[in-house]
Amino acid sequence: MTDTGHTGRQETAAPTDLPLAIELRGISKSFGSVQANKDISIKVAKGSIHGIIGENGAGKSTLMSILYGFYKADAGEIYIAGRLTPIPDSQSAIRAGIGMVFQHFKLVQNFTVLENVILGAEGGAMLRKAMAKARETLAALARDYELDVDPDAVVEDLSVGHQQRVEILKALYRQADILILDEPTGVLTPAEADQLFRILNGLRDQGKTVILITHKLREIMEITDTVSVMRRGQMTATVKTRDTSPEELAELMVGRKVLLAVEKQAAAPGAMVLEVENLRVRDEAGVERLKGISLTIRAGEILGIAGVAGNGQSELLEALAGIARGTGTVRLNGVEIALTASADGQSRRARGIAHVPEDRQHLGLIMDFTAWENVAFGYHHAPEYQHGLILMNNDAIRADTVSKMERYDVRPPIPTLAAKSFSGGNQQKIVVAREMDRNPDLLLVGQPTRGVDIGAIEFIHKQIVALRDTGKAVLLVSVELDEIMSLSDRIAVMFDGQIMGERDPATTNERELGLLMAGVAE
Amino acid sequence: MTAMPKWADAVLVPLISLLIAFVISGLVIFAIGEDPIAAMKLMVSGALGSTYGWGYTLYYATNFIFTGLAVSIAFQAGLFNIGGEGQASIGGLGVALCCLYIPWPHWSLALMGAVVAAAVFGAAWAAIPAYLQAKRGSHIVITTIMFNFIASAVLVYVLVNVLRPTGSMDSSSARFDEVMHLPSLHDVLALVGIPFNNRNPANISLVIALVACVGVWILMWRTRLGYQLRAFGKSEKASVYAGINPVRITMYAMLLSGGLAGMMAVNTVMGEGQRLILNSVEGAGFIGIAVALMGRSHPVGVLLAAILFGFLYQGGAELALWTKIPRELIVVIQALVILFTGALDDMVRRPVERVFVMLQKGKT
Amino acid sequence: MDFATLIQILDSTVRLATPLLFACLAGLFSERAGIFDIGLEGKMLAAAFLSAAAAAVTGSVWLGVGAGIFASLMLSGIHGLASITFRGNQLISGVAINFLASGLTVLLGQTWFGLGGRTPPLTGDARFGPITLPFADALAPVPFIGPIYAELISGHSALVYLAIACVPASAWILYRTRFGLRLRAVGENPAAVDTAGVSVNGIRFAAVAICGVLCGLAGAYLALGLAAGFGKEMTAGRGYIALAALIFAKWRPWYALGATMLFGFLEAVGNRFPNIDLGLFVLPSQFMQALPYVLTVVILAGFIGKAVPPRAGGQPYVKER
Repeated sequence: MTDTGHTGRQETAAPTDLPLAIELRGISKSFGSVQANKDISIKVAKGSIHGIIGENGAGKSTLMSILYGFYKADAGEIYIAGRLTPIPDSQSAIRAGIGMVFQHFKLVQNFTVLENVILGAEGGAMLRKAMAKARETLAALARDYELDVDPDAVVEDLSVGHQQRVEILKALYRQADILILDEPTGVLTPAEADQLFRILNGLRDQGKTVILITHKLREIMEITDTVSVMRRGQMTATVKTRDTSPEELAELMVGRKVLLAVEKQAAAPGAMVLEVENLRVRDEAGVERLKGISLTIRAGEILGIAGVAGNGQSELLEALAGIARGTGTVRLNGVEIALTASADGQSRRARGIAHVPEDRQHLGLIMDFTAWENVAFGYHHAPEYQHGLILMNNDAIRADTVSKMERYDVRPPIPTLAAKSFSGGNQQKIVVAREMDRNPDLLLVGQPTRGVDIGAIEFIHKQIVALRDTGKAVLLVSVELDEIMSLSDRIAVMFDGQIMGERDPATTNERELGLLMAGVAE
Repeated sequence: MTAMPKWADAVLVPLISLLIAFVISGLVIFAIGEDPIAAMKLMVSGALGSTYGWGYTLYYATNFIFTGLAVSIAFQAGLFNIGGEGQASIGGLGVALCCLYIPWPHWSLALMGAVVAAAVFGAAWAAIPAYLQAKRGSHIVITTIMFNFIASAVLVYVLVNVLRPTGSMDSSSARFDEVMHLPSLHDVLALVGIPFNNRNPANISLVIALVACVGVWILMWRTRLGYQLRAFGKSEKASVYAGINPVRITMYAMLLSGGLAGMMAVNTVMGEGQRLILNSVEGAGFIGIAVALMGRSHPVGVLLAAILFGFLYQGGAELALWTKIPRELIVVIQALVILFTGALDDMVRRPVERVFVMLQKGKT
Repeated sequence: MDFATLIQILDSTVRLATPLLFACLAGLFSERAGIFDIGLEGKMLAAAFLSAAAAAVTGSVWLGVGAGIFASLMLSGIHGLASITFRGNQLISGVAINFLASGLTVLLGQTWFGLGGRTPPLTGDARFGPITLPFADALAPVPFIGPIYAELISGHSALVYLAIACVPASAWILYRTRFGLRLRAVGENPAAVDTAGVSVNGIRFAAVAICGVLCGLAGAYLALGLAAGFGKEMTAGRGYIALAALIFAKWRPWYALGATMLFGFLEAVGNRFPNIDLGLFVLPSQFMQALPYVLTVVILAGFIGKAVPPRAGGQPYVKER
């Protein structure tokens, strides 16, 4: 991989005539041997929206956590409104007028909105007065910024979009002048995201400074004034948004021209492999998360499922993989699968369903187990791994692991190393090797390249296409629209537990899919 | 961050913890006006200086092997079984019923019957908390604590109202038939020509405990069930993905755990007491926690830790006999071991890790 | 059962419930802040011992109470160190604390007093005497109300009234003050408190300290009010019953009053009628002893309402990367 270096492009984007809200100089931070931030400097003008873009793991969140006093930088200085401001803890950040909306909300679920807003900013030992004051302030903020939320609602009853508003209200209640949002649209529908952007524009117009962290180019182009690009812990460029293009940003992000288009032949669909009719799944709270899904996949075909995270894609994978129970009819190669058993992964695997799960760290692997123990994970009943009736043949598993590691290019190829000691991409390769190597009739894949480096992404994409070409069926779930577009032979869009429609990747476009993802049917 | 080699994690850290616990215990002895060095010498000579002392040490160790393995298996499956005490006392009930009401022709058959009865009763007592945890999400720590108290009430009731021979004022069962007398360690070792003291309670149950160690090792690291138990203990979510049934694994783990805890009663009730008395467990169920923590939930570690605690128990009894230091000193040491190897593990580990990081940096 | 017997049983219920109530509220503060505490038993025991020892030596009941609180606070400090500073397993720490108290009390008691672990019997000012409320004597002859006031409400020791006063006080602290808001938040989602710029560890240590003080009072009452001195293992599982009561009370102060009164009542009835003849069969005394534990298991199993513990309970707080 060619590294263009972090001095690739270094225009000063913030015009000097505007006062600076934030300036970071030479920020560095390591976690153990991993350098998350390396000598990073940024200037952000007051009253602007500044984007920070980069791949997963590029160090964006770490940088912002430092700015918010959540982590302490190893080196570097922070200037707020031109003054050197040390930020040793969150309290100092709040005092300096910085508010943060984390990707995973920091809300107390069973508190009311009001209680969440005043937490940590009560302004006195007794609550009664603080509550009354907060109520007034919230009403004023709701008027000024389109931030309506019922102050007495319990947070866990609110929609995700509204919970995010509570987070913004928390920051504004603390009189934040600088608002940092970390991947705020990951959990929102396009419509909710549009609404958020309107709110952010309103905040900027009132003189607030907004920092938007994202890995989505579209958002950067749509809303920011200036943008900084991060790659592998380094700042590769800071440019004015109107002077750049998505192509240029993408190149800056990954350090070379991005080849997201996967080379593949046209699909040659064969016999019906998977038929799903009216599949319904309820979660533990009894809420219906899948509301009657019907779909089919033929041999030699990749069906891509697009959608905003949290619209039932996970439940679809889990129901098919035997993790969650469901109702409806699912047939594999014409034979019906019972959906009522819990933890039914064993019989699904026996039927020829393999599953590369969305969350490899919590589902796909046991991080404390060695690589070889993980290679047997889920296949611990496989005949070739047994030694008599109850014993496992550990030597056979280790030998198999060595062979898989070689064929799937897992580095380092040491079977006795714990899974947690491998990089994200190599962890994913272990999972992919385990699941694909058995030649399943149906492969379920969720977010195959999340948190995986570019090299591994290409490798994994090629493996998926290769499996299709040997006449297997693939169900691909991804929130990355580009991935769906480039890999799928057909695209189905999910919204609110339903399939909104199916499209041909050759004839559809992002706008059309985006409307379906927002729940707007034709 | 994982600069520490495996051996340091498995051996060095527990040993440092143990050392800290011992030093503090020494200070306690010093504080109550006794000489810690003399006390240590007395403990060593009393517990290890003769085959009589060894006999008692091994008798106690037998109990702790069973309860230590019991806690370990549950730990490996991510469960904290604090109910070993109750499971062992109900296991004792099983042994007593088996020995009192079945006319065994020979001790060897009786022993097999008693092992099964102890395991079944112990496992049954663990089954309800296990089921409630698996099916209804009731916290197993709390339910097993509650079941300890319920077990003690049940045992009192049964001993006073059912098993107590008419006319006896003692709340204990009748003596078992002479046929059921287990061979002592003296008898066993005499077979291979090793002289051993015969006035101590060590008996053939020790052999069963050693077999149990090997069995648990094979179970945890060589069998499918052990693999699933360990996977479940590391991550319940991932286990469900792999098709490991959480309800079934929780039940298996707790049944095995309760069964092992119950088997301790073979040693105390059949091997030593020859009748069921109140409180024959004497806290061994709780010592299992210390033993499992100290032994890092590994059968080899459990065996060594059990012998260590056996030594402490016998040594402590000697101390109480010859000095003014009460037996409860052992409880203090036990508490300190649990504290340092369990709850304060991080306090010991972090500096050790730092040393290893420094050593590595020194090399490169 | 006649009216006088009922009054006597209820009177004894109040006394037996007092240590449970203190300990239950102690556990409530700790667990509401996300720190599980199965070491209530040990802290009570240590407090009972040191309070009895100090009262025996000084002859002052209040110095005794102070010493008891001190003992309990020391153990709380260990629990805080293990479970907050070093992020250790809170359950294991609790187990260790119980053993530490169990061993040290006898060890020190034997060394100091040579009475096999007991402390010298307490008399006079070294013990809590009953407080006669105003008009108790005057009202006593009035039928029905008289005995209730004079015997049931009046005539307890100061700590009994303090325990009952702790219930509204706890509710007020938890639900009406800034500290209470933060404490509850820390037990539900510590990250929310941390990002709001408030120290999670600070709040948790404060909660653990309050727990220590209340456990100290529980232990002191056992040794200086309920009994006249310390006896080996005198808590006899009351710490665990308090834990059971806490679950019964679903971690709420007023419910805690109800739960501890219920368990106190069961103990009082068990003391008064060892075997209860129900006509068809006789309930053995062991049944009454086991009943609180059985009830707790039933509650935990979710057959009667669901007891949902604080969400962050038992987990040390580690900042997410």
